[in-house]
Amino acid sequence: MIHTHTYDALVVGGGGAGLMSAIYLSREPGLRTAVISKLYPTRSHTGAAQGGVCAALGNLEEDHPEWHMFDTVKGSDYLGDQDSIEVMCNEAVDVIIELEHMGLPFSRTEDGKIAQRPFGGHTHHFGQGPVRRSCYAADRTGHMILQTLYQNCIKNGVDFYDEFQVVDLLLSPDGRCCGVVAWHIDTGDLHVFHAKAVNFTTGGFGRIWSITSNAHANTGDGVAIALRRGIPLEDMEFYQFHPTGIYKLGILITEGVRGEGGVLRNDHGERFMERYAPTMKDLASRDVVARAISREIREGRGINGKKYVYLDATHLGADVIENKLPDIADFCRTYLGVDPVREPMPIQPTAHYAMGGIPTDIDCRVVTGPDNTVIPGFYAAGEVACVSVHGANRLGTNSLLDLVVFGRRSGLDMARFCKTADLPPLPENPTERIEATFARLLATEKGEPAAKLREEMQDVMQDHVGIFREGPGMEIALAKVRELQERYRSVLVLDKGKRFNTDLLEAWELGNLLDLAEVTTVSAINRTESRGAHMREDYETRDDVNWLKHTLVTRSDEGALDITYKPVTITRFQPKERVY
Amino acid sequence: MKTVTLTILRFNPETDREAAYREYRVDVEPTDRVLDALSKVKWYQDGTLTFRRSCAHGVCGSDAMRINGVNRLACKVLMRDVGDRVTIEPLMGFRVIKDMVVDMEPFFAQYRSVLPFMINDSRPPQRERLQSIADRERFDDTTKCILCAACTTSCPSFWANEEFVGPAAIVNAHRFIFDSRDEAAGARLDILNDREGVWRCRTIFNCTEACPREIRITKAIGEVKKAILYGSTAP
Repeated sequence: MIHTHTYDALVVGGGGAGLMSAIYLSREPGLRTAVISKLYPTRSHTGAAQGGVCAALGNLEEDHPEWHMFDTVKGSDYLGDQDSIEVMCNEAVDVIIELEHMGLPFSRTEDGKIAQRPFGGHTHHFGQGPVRRSCYAADRTGHMILQTLYQNCIKNGVDFYDEFQVVDLLLSPDGRCCGVVAWHIDTGDLHVFHAKAVNFTTGGFGRIWSITSNAHANTGDGVAIALRRGIPLEDMEFYQFHPTGIYKLGILITEGVRGEGGVLRNDHGERFMERYAPTMKDLASRDVVARAISREIREGRGINGKKYVYLDATHLGADVIENKLPDIADFCRTYLGVDPVREPMPIQPTAHYAMGGIPTDIDCRVVTGPDNTVIPGFYAAGEVACVSVHGANRLGTNSLLDLVVFGRRSGLDMARFCKTADLPPLPENPTERIEATFARLLATEKGEPAAKLREEMQDVMQDHVGIFREGPGMEIALAKVRELQERYRSVLVLDKGKRFNTDLLEAWELGNLLDLAEVTTVSAINRTESRGAHMREDYETRDDVNWLKHTLVTRSDEGALDITYKPVTITRFQPKERVY
Repeated sequence: MKTVTLTILRFNPETDREAAYREYRVDVEPTDRVLDALSKVKWYQDGTLTFRRSCAHGVCGSDAMRINGVNRLACKVLMRDVGDRVTIEPLMGFRVIKDMVVDMEPFFAQYRSVLPFMINDSRPPQRERLQSIADRERFDDTTKCILCAACTTSCPSFWANEEFVGPAAIVNAHRFIFDSRDEAAGARLDILNDREGVWRCRTIFNCTEACPREIRITKAIGEVKKAILYGSTAP
């Protein structure tokens, strides 16, 4: 059975960017807005973010948005678009104050202001040393942002469609965005949502790797749907590995531990970051620290020769750990039986964050091609998008900032757009494509389970498209991913029912993950330089002459991936060597 | 690696008239989470087994269920702590949709009923509203709630009367009642002074034991009761 709904604006995804967008849309009288989310919104992965959100409030020491901008540009290894970065760092101060006014319970300074602490790559005076810029609520800042935004959506009476999986994007015959198709997980029914504007805020896709901090639900649905509808994906070779995930599990241990003074140690007990980043040490940017850890492990200095090093917070004292880092203490005790007050934490880098995604302009309008042609009515914000504030490497805390700044900008621009736009016509048979996909997935009687294919993909991506990359290894990964795409044609879904069919959902999600693994690997093979998180051992240096540009990958009608480029926007800061 | 037996209460709305237990044997490591064991069953034995999950480390609140008779998040319990025979059942008190998936709508309706958002109609300052460390600490515990429903569905008062607003909603009211920046404590206290409000709580402490975030829920409910009785949120 197919249901139809009509709205002015749709927000797809109930995390930080989506809810912020919805709050702004809900302030517009007469505008009909709905949020469609695969999870109950409070389950979104924004809630797992821990350490803080940066803004140059200067509550504890001198700070300026301009310094924040410089750090972000440098952190991006000069691939970030400086117009977007400037907007983000300038609006940071205002948006954090706005979150506080909405009720966000930030930790406080002695004089009652929002508390701030140092974070990786954030400096004063253009790189002179760490600065206290990260505004935090203990080590559950993401949880508090998500809860606060959800609370304000409830307050404003936003319409929610919870546990509705968006499965397709609808474009009208004249190329405008006109809605989405969603699958109601409970009933199995398809719903066509017809609207003037759609905002994809569906998050990332860390699940293409085996060691990840990402939730099971982070399967890149929005990115993959856009690719399938002919929209290019930008800078997909840049994927962040967070330096400190719990050994084997990948669960995030916040950079806030190092912000509070924790240090990394190898098997000799050495504080090895002093060798890799003499000024910032353990608070160098994430790509630098993750590479240093991996190198220590590869050179035999992992703990007992194994694939982990220690994050040592034992010298911080019980007070700091219990009050400022209670959740990570709980994770270590629960999953490792390790008490961080007394023992160091075993950690390894963990797949964490997509710098790339759906290309947008600074108002979050989705753009295609080298000349940034706007697709009217289609928006994207947050991790799903590439407005390119993070470039080749994101600084810690800038993801939460990206969510709230660009969530807000997307809501504002959609409201503006909806006031004058008319409702584009729906395409004929809007559910045809997804019905065919589901029918194929359900028809298979003999094949392999999705989990088996997924594990093989995750292993090969971890081995060859991780922190250190080289051409031949990535070719092995690409061949494997394409073999898996072939085998996926006969993936076996055992649950043939309509109601709450998570077996079918996982199989569909795997299709997304495989497509994104393919695009990631193709983009990574193509970029023959090392920049930010993309470290090639066969091309070890940054090459600004040939590669100071964004990658755009598009799926052609025949299924091949076409690569084009667009220039980086450079305004204030010219590229120079990057040392921490 | 060792083999354990999971006894799971199954219900498929399309084929079953009532729920029934089914046994699965699965190989696990002692450090695997119960969620990992359930996932192995789903992925490699029986794709129809249905449960919610997302973050897998205790912060999203999707996978609350009864594990050996007590409410837990499946991702926060390790196999070594539950023995070789584990019984898995859905939360009590909500309609079961399928297997471990229960209807959460009444739970969120109760949550929404307590005005779970900051109300302060005075004009905000240019910068942040100031709040002392002590005032911030006053409601810190109840900001941790992840709305997993483990508390509400462990409460005998809720089992006896589904209209009872339940501990989770009270926790979320507490978070604002005791926030020095909020101006609507009185309205929330009136709501919770209703016959389906805090007085249904009989101080049984099941909620506190069930909370995966270790919120001292019974204490928080007690503070709300006191605030109603004395007409003041002062400590």
